[in-house]
Amino acid sequence: MSNPSPPRILMCPPDYFGIEYEINPWMNIRQGADSDRARDQWRLLRETLLDLGAQVRLLEPKPGLPDLVFTANAGLVYRDRFFASRFRYGVRMGETPFFIEWAQAEGFQVETTPDDYHFEGAGDALFCGDTLFAGYRLRSDARGHQWIGERLGVEALPLELVDPRFYHLDTCFCPLERDLAIYYPGAFDEYGRAVLKDQIPRLIEVAPEEAISFSCNAVVVGRTVVLNEGAPKLARDVAAMGFATRPLAFSEFIKSGGSAKCLTLRIDGEEAAGWKAPSAVDTKKDTHSRV
Amino acid sequence: MKPPRDHAHAATPASPDPAQGVIEEVEVRGHIIDSLMLPKILDRILLVGASFEIRECKIGERRTDPSYARIAIRAHDPSALAELVGDLVEHGASPVHSEDATTVLADIAGAFPEGFYSTTNQPSQIRVKTRWIDVENQEMDCGIVVDHATPRARCVPMCRVEVGMPIVVGHSGVRVSPLERPREASGFGFMNSTVSSEKPKAIGVRSVVDAIRSTRAEGKKVLLVGGPAIVHTGSAMHVARLIRAGFIQTLFAGNALATHDIEQAIMGTSLGVSIKDGQPIEHGHEHHLRVINMIRRLGGIEQAVDSGLLTTGIMYECARNHVDLVLAGSIRDDGPLPEVITDVLAAQDRMREALEGVGFALMVATALHSIATGNLLPARVKVVCVDINPATVTKLADRGTFQTIGLVTDVEPFLRLLAEELAPGT
Repeated sequence: MSNPSPPRILMCPPDYFGIEYEINPWMNIRQGADSDRARDQWRLLRETLLDLGAQVRLLEPKPGLPDLVFTANAGLVYRDRFFASRFRYGVRMGETPFFIEWAQAEGFQVETTPDDYHFEGAGDALFCGDTLFAGYRLRSDARGHQWIGERLGVEALPLELVDPRFYHLDTCFCPLERDLAIYYPGAFDEYGRAVLKDQIPRLIEVAPEEAISFSCNAVVVGRTVVLNEGAPKLARDVAAMGFATRPLAFSEFIKSGGSAKCLTLRIDGEEAAGWKAPSAVDTKKDTHSRV
Repeated sequence: MKPPRDHAHAATPASPDPAQGVIEEVEVRGHIIDSLMLPKILDRILLVGASFEIRECKIGERRTDPSYARIAIRAHDPSALAELVGDLVEHGASPVHSEDATTVLADIAGAFPEGFYSTTNQPSQIRVKTRWIDVENQEMDCGIVVDHATPRARCVPMCRVEVGMPIVVGHSGVRVSPLERPREASGFGFMNSTVSSEKPKAIGVRSVVDAIRSTRAEGKKVLLVGGPAIVHTGSAMHVARLIRAGFIQTLFAGNALATHDIEQAIMGTSLGVSIKDGQPIEHGHEHHLRVINMIRRLGGIEQAVDSGLLTTGIMYECARNHVDLVLAGSIRDDGPLPEVITDVLAAQDRMREALEGVGFALMVATALHSIATGNLLPARVKVVCVDINPATVTKLADRGTFQTIGLVTDVEPFLRLLAEELAPGT
């Protein structure tokens, strides 16, 4: 990617992070999260991203909003437009005003989905090439994705998420390049798998035992993939595609159902997003046959 | 791209019964082809035993163009339908919301308000106070009058409009449920294609036999609409047999069929031609007039049967077997017979009344009575039209009675076979 400006990433310090409610199968209030360890893990992620040449912007943490740390769910970035999240669960709805406030300050044109469409931002909507892949059923609504696709004039393909452990698309799917992505097949139904195989030329399957440790929830910076430790097979597979890996510990955030990707929002657009390089239009895809 | 399942047969699944069930429309927009959302939604409909019809489908030309489909879903009952629609909403479909039907009070008797909704012969519903209700007395080329209090709605012919009737105007809040074509591998399915004289007649007869039997088994009535050629061709005895054996409950005809049937019963001729040897009888052309005169002198067909004058034939069997007989007059009628209704509007009303409970209509050798009856029939009533002239069948279908199945054949062998199959040895 010949992007002249450095990658920009939004993070939110885990000052008020904790497990205060249970809205996914990972969360267990009784088990809790170790806040010191969480702070260390978060700091190490930030340092790694800085080390990879990214700029990290910080969102001010707020008491009572433990999941504000998961900035991937702030919204969806498309050029200078920002589609703010509309969370499914009430416990996270309080985050939205802060995300909108940040996006406006950042100079984004902020848009919101219609009232009855849940939408959980980049957690459920990821560009791979010119296509917006979108997870639905567990958190976001398919109609919300279709609405966004129509607003942006891009192809939006909703994919049903069928395993509650992989409740956001970014827990089971991660585009690395415009024609390359990693995914865990077990999180999708047969239609979703067929769509991914048909639309993405190079797909790396993640093994169940590695997917369960959130290895798909990775941050891509240039040719480096930052992900949870303990995914040697995946590391080998992405290395074969020319990507380095930076395995880090995210145990405390995984207790809340999040890992590297959930803790970040790519402000200037993900590496794999086709719109980041407008001159390089893949003409082959424009003639894609429809049946 | 190949969808996970094959939809080649999905647009016309066998269940539920097209004449039954409840319908709701949903629409789905977006990249519904590449995302496999459309095939997935269709699969989910079939999975729960419901059926669908794609009423509108626009496919985007370029990859980024959204596509659109409007799908009518038919399920067995309202709760199953609501549950299914709820599931489809999860997968990106939206129910098609519509408004209540608009009504305007009729300001003139015998005429609709301007912009009135013109009906078809297909099952229709209108929305009243957010609820969909069936339109009763479904008939083509009518208006819909609404009783908001009950609430009920029914078709009303133009000439029966009374001042103050709330009449539906415009198309909003009205929905039509087109009948699915029969799919069963019966003779009807086979014959459905076109009207042609070049089709095996035995299969046609067998299909009519089956249709009449199943109509009777369902407790519904069989209607015969007949022209005088039935008598001219020497088929009156076959029809008489069918009536005797209980296979015809309702008969629509004109003055001619009745007159020539009685002429044959009393004089042995039809239009003055001997039914036995086909020879014209001297002064035979007067026979039908003399017969009409006899019946008029007695007061009617019933009286002729009671007096012992009339002892055979179609009219005799109708009287003996309490067939609901409607004789509608025409401008060229001689006499006519006292039973003939000469006010066409009164005749239409009487025919409407007699159509109640009819499940199958057999139209034989009459263009005008067939078209008149076809105009009054709801599309769910199966119609078989038998005529030596293919144009009669085509005309009937062209005038909106699209459910007509045509048999191009001479009526005598057809009716003879029918009587032999249905009433052997009688």
